[in-house]
Amino acid sequence: MSLPVDSNPAYAQYAHPERLVSTQWLADHLGAEGLVVLESDEDILLYNTGHIPGALKIDWHTELNDEVTRDYVDGEGFAALMSAKGITRESTVVLYGDKSNWWASYALWVFTLFGHRDVRLVDGGRDKWIAEGRELVTSIPVPAAADYPVIERDDSKIRAFLPEVLDHLGKPLIDVRSLEEYTGERTHMPAYPEEGALRGGHIPTAASVPWARAAAEDGTFRSRTELERIYLDEAGLSAGDEVIAYCRIGERSSHTWFVLQHLLGFENVRNYDGSWTEWGNAVRVPIVKGEAAGELPTGFGERR
Amino acid sequence: MSPMPQNLREIVEEFTEVPEAQRLELLLDFSRELPPLPERLADHPELFEQVVECQSPLFLVVEVANDAAHTTGLYFSAPPEAPTTRGFASVLAAGLHGSSAAEILTVPEDMPQQLGLTRALSPLRMRGMSAMLARIKRQITEQLNS
Repeated sequence: MSLPVDSNPAYAQYAHPERLVSTQWLADHLGAEGLVVLESDEDILLYNTGHIPGALKIDWHTELNDEVTRDYVDGEGFAALMSAKGITRESTVVLYGDKSNWWASYALWVFTLFGHRDVRLVDGGRDKWIAEGRELVTSIPVPAAADYPVIERDDSKIRAFLPEVLDHLGKPLIDVRSLEEYTGERTHMPAYPEEGALRGGHIPTAASVPWARAAAEDGTFRSRTELERIYLDEAGLSAGDEVIAYCRIGERSSHTWFVLQHLLGFENVRNYDGSWTEWGNAVRVPIVKGEAAGELPTGFGERR
Repeated sequence: MSPMPQNLREIVEEFTEVPEAQRLELLLDFSRELPPLPERLADHPELFEQVVECQSPLFLVVEVANDAAHTTGLYFSAPPEAPTTRGFASVLAAGLHGSSAAEILTVPEDMPQQLGLTRALSPLRMRGMSAMLARIKRQITEQLNS
């Protein structure tokens, strides 16, 4: 049972308005049957300091990742997680989080790997809810366990692995990291610790579009016209392109994946979650340093 | 376990004695108890060193006194939207503020790992915590040598 789509006229401009809800829509539907609200933050204690009434926490680090392999949970793991949060295959899952929904987008992308049909983001996320003076509570709901089927993860459509990125070379890539990471001046985010990439720079031909450019000051998504100016006019994407986005570990690029896929309507967008912490350590993959996107070296970007 | 000032040792024990979920609750309690800055520091951002390794803005001041023990004061500033960072700063404030410089310098580098949070927190965050401790030690050494 799905909840109604937010008919906010501001969302009609996007390719998939059903993927966004406003803070007002959420306030109006809190407690509705079939709705599960999840908070996904970078700071995992933030939820406990106060959250939207009825919301549950989802922890990207301990709940969505496999603990041993660098991978996401499998079908059984995901089913168990959903069940524990009272989510059925029919639930409308609404995600929100800190930092312009950076980690909420990441969670939404993982839900999509499992083909969860109705999963949406709260436009503006946690910060907008708070800025509007809406209610926060600290009581943690205890949902009744629900029945969620074991669905195998489908990594073929929206996820790219390193060999697939190599095969993709010659088609558009978007590097969503900061300019300092793109140029190779540093291998990690400003103000973040070194995370163990041996080489700095970017994948040849990748366009640099730092992820946060898609968000307005209040954390909401920019208008379609503004987004088209950034991704089409500046980064050079055209309708129908196959695109791969990457960052450091695949979280910031989930935000860009959401923008390209759901707001601008690109149908073939993949997130390379290995991202720079894999590429920057891999042997003999091409890297370009500096501000220019660079050329593909001989032997890459054609059938080998 | 290497020697640690008594207060810090007790906090580490407090963490390790409870199950993981409660350790996060405990860290949250600490984040709420981070002492406000004394007035003489509150309006002087230039006195603070930023711990750039932390995922959220964290600033610290280390004051080594001229007494025989070189009693050391630690002051931290972190926004309420950064409870994890605040929590760890608060652990260090409660565990080390007022200790002698020598005692703080002997705190093992892996003290953050000893809190039993390495599974619950991401490696990036654990590194931010280690960096906080490392910067405190570096400042103490610099002040002792100057």
